[in-house]
Formats: sequence, C-alpha cells, structure tokens
Amino acid sequence: MPKARTKKDEAIEPGSDIVMDEVPTSHQPETRDGMSVDDDDVDEEGGDLEMDENEEEEEEEEDVQRVRILPGSTPTAASFEFLNEGHTLGNALRYIIMKNPDVEFCAYAIPHPSEAKMNVRIQTFEGTTATQALEKGLQDLQELCDVVTDKFVEARDKFKAAA
Amino acid sequence: MPHKPPTKEELERRKIVGINEETITDVASSDYPLHYPGEEHSWDIDAFRRGFSIQFHHNDPFEASFSLIGIDASIANAFRRTMIADIPTLAIETVFINNNTSVIQDEVLSHRLGLIPFKGGHEGLHKFLKWWRKPTDETLVNSSYYDYNTVSLRLEIQCEHNDKAAPGETDPTKLYKHAHVYARDIEFCPVGRQDRYFSGADTIAPVNPDILIAKLRPGQEISLSMHMHKGVGSDHAKFSPVATASYRLMPVINIERPILGADAEKFARCFPRGVIGLKKVTAKEAAQEGSGYEGHEGEVKAVVVDPMRDTVSRECLRHEEFKGKVKLGRRRDHFIYLVESTGQWESDAIFLEAVAHLKKRARDLEKQVVNMVR
Repeated sequence: MPKARTKKDEAIEPGSDIVMDEVPTSHQPETRDGMSVDDDDVDEEGGDLEMDENEEEEEEEEDVQRVRILPGSTPTAASFEFLNEGHTLGNALRYIIMKNPDVEFCAYAIPHPSEAKMNVRIQTFEGTTATQALEKGLQDLQELCDVVTDKFVEARDKFKAAA
Repeated sequence: MPHKPPTKEELERRKIVGINEETITDVASSDYPLHYPGEEHSWDIDAFRRGFSIQFHHNDPFEASFSLIGIDASIANAFRRTMIADIPTLAIETVFINNNTSVIQDEVLSHRLGLIPFKGGHEGLHKFLKWWRKPTDETLVNSSYYDYNTVSLRLEIQCEHNDKAAPGETDPTKLYKHAHVYARDIEFCPVGRQDRYFSGADTIAPVNPDILIAKLRPGQEISLSMHMHKGVGSDHAKFSPVATASYRLMPVINIERPILGADAEKFARCFPRGVIGLKKVTAKEAAQEGSGYEGHEGEVKAVVVDPMRDTVSRECLRHEEFKGKVKLGRRRDHFIYLVESTGQWESDAIFLEAVAHLKKRARDLEKQVVNMVR
C-alpha cells in the first residue's frame, strides 16, 4: 500500500492521526524537503516557553476514540475493537476479564498483523453487561499494577539494605 | 452442592508444568472461575496481594534479575513486552552528513550511529525531554526542533599522518592520527535549557565510549551533525531500553525414588553445576522401611540443592537408570526475569516504568470505554 502523502489521504487512513504523542517518529508522514542543520538552533530559545504551553494543550487534546463496539453486539455479548493495541494489553486484559465470575467467555484476537487493531470478545451472564465487564477488567488491571509496583519497590529496597 | 476444597498437594500440582522426555503437559493455567466446580478463583486484589511476592537475585545498573511469584503468564508477559517495546529512550534519529570520504557509506554510517546507546541526566531524559513530532505541514519542519525535543550532536574528525610515528611502524593507530573513530569522538552540543539538565556528569554521552564507528586513512574525513529524538522500541530496536528483557519459569526437579552411589554422581553430572548435591544416607533413613534407603547407610544419594540454576536440558531423562525416579517440571507462576539495560535507564527502573506504563494504558482505555458508552 502506498504511504499516504497528502493530508486528505491521511485523514482516511485509520489510526494514522491517533495519539500523535505515542506515534514513533518513523510512522509520521514523510517530508520531502531537506532539513536544515541546527547550528542556528540557539536563537530558538526565545520561543521555548511559548511552545511549552502549546505542547501541553496538544497533549490533552489527544482524545481520539480508540475503542468501539463492533456491529452485531448485544448488551451481554459484545466484541470491542481497540486501535493501536496488541498482544501486550490484549492478553493481559483477556486474563483479568476471564477472572470475573460474571463473564461466561472472553477472548482476544488480532485479526490481521498489518492492521493495528485488537478485538476483544466478551460474553457475560445475565445481570451485567459486556461493557461493564470490560471496565472492571481495566480497573482490576490498574489495581494489579499498583500491587506489583509496591511489592517491587519493597523487595528492591530490602535487597539494597541487605547488600 | 458441597465440594471439598482442593488439598495443598492438589494446588501445588496445578502450579506445575510437566516436562517429559519428548512432551510437555499442563501448559495452560486453570485458575479461572467455573473451571473447578465449587471453587471460586475470581479476581480478588487482596488474595493477589497475599499470594504475590518478589525476590531479587541481583540488581546492578546494567543487569537485574528478580522473581515474580504468584502472577499469571499473561501479566508477566505484558511487563516483558512493555519493557522491550514501549519504554522511551533517546537515540540518534537523523544524521546530516556534510562530508564523508571514508570507505563506509553514508547510510551504513548513519545506521551504526543510530544504534549507539547514550546516557545522560535522568531528570533531563525522563522529564524534560518530550516527543518530537514531525509537523503535518512539511514546510514547518525546520521550526519543529526545540531544546525539549531534540538533542544535537556533532562528529568532526579527520585522519592525518602522524609525524612522530616510529620508522617502520605498521600499526595504523600509531601511524595515523584518528585512524579509528570511536563513540567518544561524538560531541554533544547543548541548546537552550539543555545546559541545565545535561552538564557535568549528566552530559549526554555514549554509554560505552569505546564503540568503533569507522576506520579512516590519511586524507579521509567525516563531518556530520546528528539529531536525537525520543522513541520507542516498537518503532526501532535502537530505542529499546534493554539489550534483553526475558523471563524463564522456575525449574522443578522431584527425585521420587532414591538415586544412590555411582548413579547419584552420574545424575549430578546431568545438570549444571550446583543444581544437584550429594549427601550421605543417614542411619535414620536407612532404618526407615519402604524409603528405598534400606541397607544403604553411608552411601551417597542425590539431592536437589538449587533448581533455579537448572537449564532444564532433560539430560537426566535420557538415561535408563533414572527412569521413574525423577520428575521434571516448571513452576507456572514463578517468573525469573533478567533485565539487561543498555544504560539509559537503571535496569530495575525499566521494570517499574513498564508497570507504570501498563497501568497508564489501562487507565487511558478505561476513559475511552466510558467515553464510548456515553
């Protein structure tokens, strides 16, 4: 597939405009011009503070919707599509959702390796919804990370003290 | 429906991945709700906290090893993958070549430069420096470089004859000046506020100054400047903060029937040194009926000393004399990590950063899910 060159094309390409913060430099649109060497960078100092504010604004506005429910879903049986996620979060999320006793079935898939998409299928018993199970899974994962951090710091400090 | 809770042995058995001569068994974990009738197994943060522990084996800036015990493979793997691919580091991204008359081609030289690991002040690297984003308007690219997103480096070197070289000298490094170009020849050019974060011991410099970049001969010259940006390992391996971040499962060796005498010595040789030890059979053991030690008092027996050092080569399963006497396995929930930093982060900090990164991703996605429902 030819790389999108014009701005118009970029908008169509899914995920290309998502979370520019996270996008590695080589994934960003190509430029054809040569770039000037920065021996004259020094005179940019004046603009620094101003740019800082701009940048923080941009970081906050990164709210592009990356999760959606796929068509054909019902409240208790839904498939979710995550953009720009992979096995790292997919498998961890699958595990923690499967640990939920209200969930009858949960699995994740990456339908095609060249599309940055990850799908999660959740089927729950009556009385709760797939979306609730997903939310709980994400919360549980955060709690888990906190415990791991606490224990890691504790173990490391103990090890340092003993050494 | 009353169900007996699982015995201790049963719980222990579920934790073991079996290793046979040609096959492995019980690969998947089964601690999910509804898997065993009458057992709970649902997510409980307090139960997790109680069952989870971390042990450090060694902790150096360039290499840390520690065990995570009581965690699922999916989570352990998420940490490992995050360490390799998602923790940002600073690396050379763009090389502007003014002159390169060496035998090494511009693109090869640029690639080599990109792979050199750099270090610098932690506050500057992790807090002050931000992502550089290529502007969508291509004409603005030259005004997208700021002190907080670009680090500028220079490499200017010329090779010359060394007049002081002894006659008949054949060593090029003595015969010529700058015959070898090393990473230490790269010069950091601080811009704007970078002086504040990257001066003295905190200056941006190659982790290893002795990396050979190119070789020159008199009259040849390399003159180039470079831009460093922050990036992640999923974009290019040069941005990965680790040389390797890996884990393995804790090996389990169960000697089920006594291995004695010369067999015991042979058994010990089937494993790396220090895994199996030799002990004398005591009078008490020999007196115990049905233990297999009867009448063997004073002989040596094989005992497991340190299974962690085992490589699980399965060599002991190839020998007839040990058939049925030993059972190999691995502990499903005991992950022995080895994190080797390239030098920009401390090894243990990389792991902590990975955990924090995973948490942030979960938090961001939680917001997105809430937003999706709205």
